[in-house]
Amino acid sequence: MAGAAGGGGGADFQWCFSQVKGAIDEDVAEADIISTVEFNYTGDLLATGDKGGRVVIFQREQENKSRPHSRGEYNVYSTFQSHEPEFDYLKSLEIEEKINKIRWLPQQNAAHFLLSTNDKTIKLWKISERDKRAEGYNLKDEDGRLRDPFRITALRVPILKPMDLMVEASPRRIFANAHTYHINSISVNSDHETYLSADDLRINLWHLEITDRSFNIVDIKPANMEELTEVITAAEFHPHHCNVFVYSSSKGTIRLCDMRSSALCDRHSKFFEEPEDPSSRSFFSEIISSISDVKFSHSGRYMMTRDYLSVKVWDLNMENRPVETYQVHEYLRSKLCSLYENDCIFDKFECCWNGSDSAIMTGSYNNFFRMFDRNTRRDITLEASRESSKPRAILKPRKVCTGGKRKKDEISVDSLDFNKKILHTAWHPTENIIAVAATNNLYIFQDKMN
Amino acid sequence: MEEEEGLHQLQLLDTMFVRGLKRKCFDGEEDIEGTLAGFKALPSYNLQRQSLLDMYLVKLQLCHMLVEPNLCRSVLIANTVRQIQEEMTQDGTWQMISTQSTGQTSLDRLVSTDILCRSSKEQVEGKLVQGYSSFPKDFEDTQSQESSEILSTVTSGQAPRSLQSNMWEIENPQENRGNFQKSLDQIFETLENKTPDSVEDLFSEVDNSYYDLDTVLTVMMGNTKMGHCDVLETFPSQAPTNSNSNCKSDLNELDHIVEILVES
Repeated sequence: MAGAAGGGGGADFQWCFSQVKGAIDEDVAEADIISTVEFNYTGDLLATGDKGGRVVIFQREQENKSRPHSRGEYNVYSTFQSHEPEFDYLKSLEIEEKINKIRWLPQQNAAHFLLSTNDKTIKLWKISERDKRAEGYNLKDEDGRLRDPFRITALRVPILKPMDLMVEASPRRIFANAHTYHINSISVNSDHETYLSADDLRINLWHLEITDRSFNIVDIKPANMEELTEVITAAEFHPHHCNVFVYSSSKGTIRLCDMRSSALCDRHSKFFEEPEDPSSRSFFSEIISSISDVKFSHSGRYMMTRDYLSVKVWDLNMENRPVETYQVHEYLRSKLCSLYENDCIFDKFECCWNGSDSAIMTGSYNNFFRMFDRNTRRDITLEASRESSKPRAILKPRKVCTGGKRKKDEISVDSLDFNKKILHTAWHPTENIIAVAATNNLYIFQDKMN
Repeated sequence: MEEEEGLHQLQLLDTMFVRGLKRKCFDGEEDIEGTLAGFKALPSYNLQRQSLLDMYLVKLQLCHMLVEPNLCRSVLIANTVRQIQEEMTQDGTWQMISTQSTGQTSLDRLVSTDILCRSSKEQVEGKLVQGYSSFPKDFEDTQSQESSEILSTVTSGQAPRSLQSNMWEIENPQENRGNFQKSLDQIFETLENKTPDSVEDLFSEVDNSYYDLDTVLTVMMGNTKMGHCDVLETFPSQAPTNSNSNCKSDLNELDHIVEILVES
């Protein structure tokens, strides 16, 4: 759509409700909580992973001239169980089946491929369609039973007949036993042959075809674990340079590494850190500076990081400070003690770019999510709720009142529901369609123009 | 009901935190020394910091009750604990810990104290420690000797109860969230003899045992006045083991095995 590529960002448009997926019950089953959301390269497929280890893939319907308003709805395409709970007998620990990340591979043939990972194991899944069935075999009956060879008197050529579309998901590779700590990120390289997986202390490089070997490219585990003060929180390959990747840390720093410089990329090529403002230092400073997500822009020139209270855009050519900083929910700064007590301060929010890199989006509490237009510097707060879930209903901007008199339609900080957190969001690669995961529900919104 | 009360207390804390910031702004400019003396004279800051330390230590201990402790979370909490402890040592306020074990529940303490974590605007310049690097040297130099004596006299008597309560906590983590005091006793026991390395010990030994903080805490408890046999006696239901440090991990394994058996 022309509007998406050239026009302003998400904050300029009006966003409308499109669809919501998931149960309406107040009682949310833990296993149904969505833990990752990802569009594929064309945006035709939308994958979600949940705490129960399941992957659900939605496919966008072709535009239907007879129903011009339903401009490409997403409907369930495939559902499968990706990971099962396991038990590590050596450590007496359960390994959760929760899907931490899904990453699509670029499509090379009729089938679709994606990587899904839990804390310990990465799997490559092939999702393929079958809409034809062969009939008229010589050696077996229609119901599959083998025919008695002596009964076969004539040869015939089996013919393909159409059947109801069946979508099959099959695990093609299992990449296991390479991570001692919990995997937090996977990222497919631009060479489409390799990918990285990162846990708290190490990053490994894999070849998609080889499951019994991986290369360790970053290792920040200290020789003496007593000296551990920093962990890896996210990692991603550069979208165009297959030798470059970044990883973020719990201390609010980002390191850019070049795999050409050495086999073990313990020494970074670039180190991004914003100097701390001494006037705002508190006992919570370190915790809220921990980066929960890092994403390259589509152009590859910028990267975005999310820490507890803000989103920062960095120019890869400038290491000493970000070029843009956006406050997501600054009104929480005075509530850090409560948020520490209820553990919310450790929530890991993700962030994403729109297709043209002109806007960024991230989630907050009370099922609010925020969008920032980098050009106009306008921002908007929207809510994913059942109340505003009428077809094509325009989302009303929300506002949090920080003190003093609360205006009508504003919500006060103390009324925010911290159990309703939006950690995972995704933006269609080319159009203004967004997917927002609110606990066990997936909301799809699109801009009014369409 | 309890949750509402807790929430109310936390709202109080947050409100007072904000008020605290404003209060400092009105003070205007003062010379460093004057502020230092004046600041330290404020009993509230120390109590505030103490409350925060309590919360952090309890959270660290509760880490091991999860199915799989989140390493990032533990590292962040431990770093902040170090920061607080370093500050308290430099203050010379480490002795404040002796007031911990006198029976007040920490929830009461949270209510009665002002809030914690003012920004460094409140703190004196020069008091602020740059770069909270790892422990050992600073601690060993300062009053750790004195404070550990105080700690040991206070806590050794409570050791058996704490160990018992720890066992209960493993089995009933939810109910014991309220038993701050018992957890604190345990934690301070661990800090008692190895104050310099207490937090680092949580990360020490092999990778695997990091996930089992119980093991590590038990090792440290074993280093207290209680001997090998005393530890074993407090767990009459457990089979005696040769190694003190395996006591807790055995417990954990047993719990896991029992769970599996029960579920199957």
